[in-house]
Amino acid sequence: MPVEITMPALSPTMAEGNLAKWLVKEGDRINPGDVIAEIETDKATMEVEAVDEGTLAKILVPAGTLGIKVNTVIALLTEEGEDIKKITDIKSATSSIFVSDQAETKGIVLPEMPVAAPVFTPPPRSTKDTRVFASPLARRLAIQKGVDVGSLYGTGPHGRVIKRDVETDIKTADATLKRSGDDQLLQFFTQGEYEIIPHNSMRKTIAKRLVESKQTVPHFYVMVDCELDALLKLRSRLNKATHSALMGVSQTDENSIIVPKLSVNDMIIKAVALALKMVPGANVSWLEDGLARHAHSDIGVAVSINNGLITPIIRHADEKSLKTISSEMKELASRARQMKLRPEEYQGGTVSISNMGMFGVKAFSAIINPPQAIIFAIGAGEERVVAKNGVPNIATMMTVMISVDHRAVDGALAAELARTFKGLIENPLAILA
Amino acid sequence: MYDVILVGAGPGGYATAIRAAQLGFKTAIVEREHLGGICLNWGCIPTKALLRSAEIKCFLEHAKDYGLQLDGSINVDIQAVVARSREVSARLNSGIHFLMKKNKIDIIWGEARVIRGAVDDKPAQIIVRKSEKLAVEILAEGVYEARHVIVATGARPRILSGVEPDGKLVWTYFEAIAPEAIPKSLVIVGSGAIGVEFASFYRDMGSVVTLIELQPQIMSSEDAEISIFARKQFERRGIRILTSARIQKIEKTAQSIIAHIYHDGKGQIIHAECLISAVGVQGNVENIGLESLGVAVDSGCIITDVWSRTNIPGIYAIGDVAGAPMLAHKAEKEGVICIEKIANLSTAHPLDKGRIPGCTYCTPQVASVGLTEEKAKNAGYDIRVGRYSFATNGKAIALGQDQGFVKTIFDRNSGQLLGAHMIGAEVTELIQGFVIAMNLETTEEELIHSIFPHPTLSETMKESILDAYDMVLNA
Repeated sequence: MPVEITMPALSPTMAEGNLAKWLVKEGDRINPGDVIAEIETDKATMEVEAVDEGTLAKILVPAGTLGIKVNTVIALLTEEGEDIKKITDIKSATSSIFVSDQAETKGIVLPEMPVAAPVFTPPPRSTKDTRVFASPLARRLAIQKGVDVGSLYGTGPHGRVIKRDVETDIKTADATLKRSGDDQLLQFFTQGEYEIIPHNSMRKTIAKRLVESKQTVPHFYVMVDCELDALLKLRSRLNKATHSALMGVSQTDENSIIVPKLSVNDMIIKAVALALKMVPGANVSWLEDGLARHAHSDIGVAVSINNGLITPIIRHADEKSLKTISSEMKELASRARQMKLRPEEYQGGTVSISNMGMFGVKAFSAIINPPQAIIFAIGAGEERVVAKNGVPNIATMMTVMISVDHRAVDGALAAELARTFKGLIENPLAILA
Repeated sequence: MYDVILVGAGPGGYATAIRAAQLGFKTAIVEREHLGGICLNWGCIPTKALLRSAEIKCFLEHAKDYGLQLDGSINVDIQAVVARSREVSARLNSGIHFLMKKNKIDIIWGEARVIRGAVDDKPAQIIVRKSEKLAVEILAEGVYEARHVIVATGARPRILSGVEPDGKLVWTYFEAIAPEAIPKSLVIVGSGAIGVEFASFYRDMGSVVTLIELQPQIMSSEDAEISIFARKQFERRGIRILTSARIQKIEKTAQSIIAHIYHDGKGQIIHAECLISAVGVQGNVENIGLESLGVAVDSGCIITDVWSRTNIPGIYAIGDVAGAPMLAHKAEKEGVICIEKIANLSTAHPLDKGRIPGCTYCTPQVASVGLTEEKAKNAGYDIRVGRYSFATNGKAIALGQDQGFVKTIFDRNSGQLLGAHMIGAEVTELIQGFVIAMNLETTEEELIHSIFPHPTLSETMKESILDAYDMVLNA
């Protein structure tokens, strides 16, 4: 019997995914642990490793297929000594069950009917119970493309889904937006002077989530200026100390080894985590029936990646040392840029940080990432003239804008969080604890 | 003031007018000569009547094949044949009068000229003058206004330089459709639908026919295999065919013509009693005010968008004058879509020109829809092709008309029916099955599941589909 390779669930919530790429071809010898394919979810590309050894007999789901349900058989593996050619005629277990089903209910025993593998799997039922009107060609193309035909916006007679609807792949929900929108918008531009870059699944997710956030979450904003000089001084001392410790006293050439350094961002992550611990009323999520109060500070940090962004999460940042946060962050950011994050590494999180300080941005307001209630928007640290006790002083200042979900957190509480955060940044020894 | 004025009462114009009236528009139609246009009066319909006479003549000549003894001879009374054809047209023509009246559509007799588009909330304007072609003088001159003016002026025979029609020796379809006598010999230039239908008719009526085609195959828009099969059938019936042949000039004597043809690298001369020029048609874009109004025209056709709008607001164009394919059923559909869009019906969809069937009523008949094999390949499709011959179809054999075949072309990947091409008895009536299949976007699977009645010619369609999937039963 051939071994079935199924669509893996890459996270507990994953229901379906896209088969981005096959890294092996039919006839290839496969050992356990070999990376055989890449699966794309809405946020990440994951590698699928082989569990069994054998020869890849047949790829059942071609690369580029979208929306493959978890546990769907995607390929067949022959074990030692099995004839690959026989696999091509493998009958589907489901189809033989299907055939005998009716007879059994009537108490008639029919000999099992030998059936060959169906060329096309039956179309998946729409999530809705209502009848879907679609042309046979549209149904078939939808299956080939891995699209639920019931989710498509039909432009045929009486809204019937036809071939071109599968090709344009406009979902019912955003059909009004796109259909009337795109044509009308494009008329403002000269034809030939623009190109259309189709949205990838990450872009679509970002768009959907942010529209949802801005439309359903009542944002308000609290801005606070923090003096950074003490934090910068501490950082410099910590980095030097780490360096010496790593080098040992005998080492003289300081530049021979690159030592990972703490970044201001690492310290901000810790400060946010501790501030939330100290103002627990702000570490919450708005639910329909209540407020979820989080026990720990799981901090999502926005990482800009090619044509999108992702927020890997530092779990329990309130309990982690700066060093741990720093090395975790470096590792997560690096894998995020390669689209190699696992879903549990970017899903969840109680509060987010978006830092544009490195781009020299003075201040900005960020959009909350529901169901979180808070996001910190970090501006650049810059020297400013600050009045202190009636005397102008030069200080390195950083403006932080906190976006708050007013359903979950009121103004006074947000102000308390802002003051606590500012206090930690300006008295940074506390974050070493 | 009208909501809609149609300029031209051909199959596009009059059908659009009826649909406009149904949609509640106050509608008028301007016509300079006769309701029903070329199609009804000088084209599709009267030629079908002529071809029917020819077909019955052929049946009678072959009565013996069916076990029937006919005493006496079969003589063609061409005047009576033409008279029948004219009566068929007249009957349908009066039918359109009735339809206009029934739908309360005003008929304005005369020649229309569009003088203004719909600008600044002002309606479009046309001026109608007395038509020289109208026998009966009906006063309908004047200025008319409408929110929407739909130009449906149709087309006329294209004139080949050096082969100008004279009504005596050089004919167009106007003369060929109502001959006073059957010419003993005939040269037909052009092997499109018009050319081959007349070739078929006159050959059956006893003329010596030479068919001249510039392209390497006759009926050049049809699938190459169909064309080759048709050619063999025509040649078997005695029609001489020259392809890749160019007519260089003609000389005229009192009672005949001498056609100089360049063919196969050399010139040759063909003597014939007359010549039919059937080198296509061109849009009637002149003298209807398009130039002064600035309506964009290209290669003799009005440029329109998918909803038949011209570049001038309030002015639309449908049918032959709006470009190929120049077919009555395309004109009708285009016009209906145009007016439904004006009425802003949500059910209006732009015309898919890839699904317009074409029919030619020569013997054997030819019908097709969609892509030819060559075009499908050129479009990058990986295809499956099925073929099935009439020679193994029970009904065709019983009819004594077993010459022909059906060819179907599917996209290997999706099972989409890309094209269907048929030659044989009554295929012009059969093609609609494939047209519906295409429009409903069936795949081979639904077609294979469909039951075709036995015994019928339509079983050739089924077997052709099966053949494309290596499942043919009766071959």
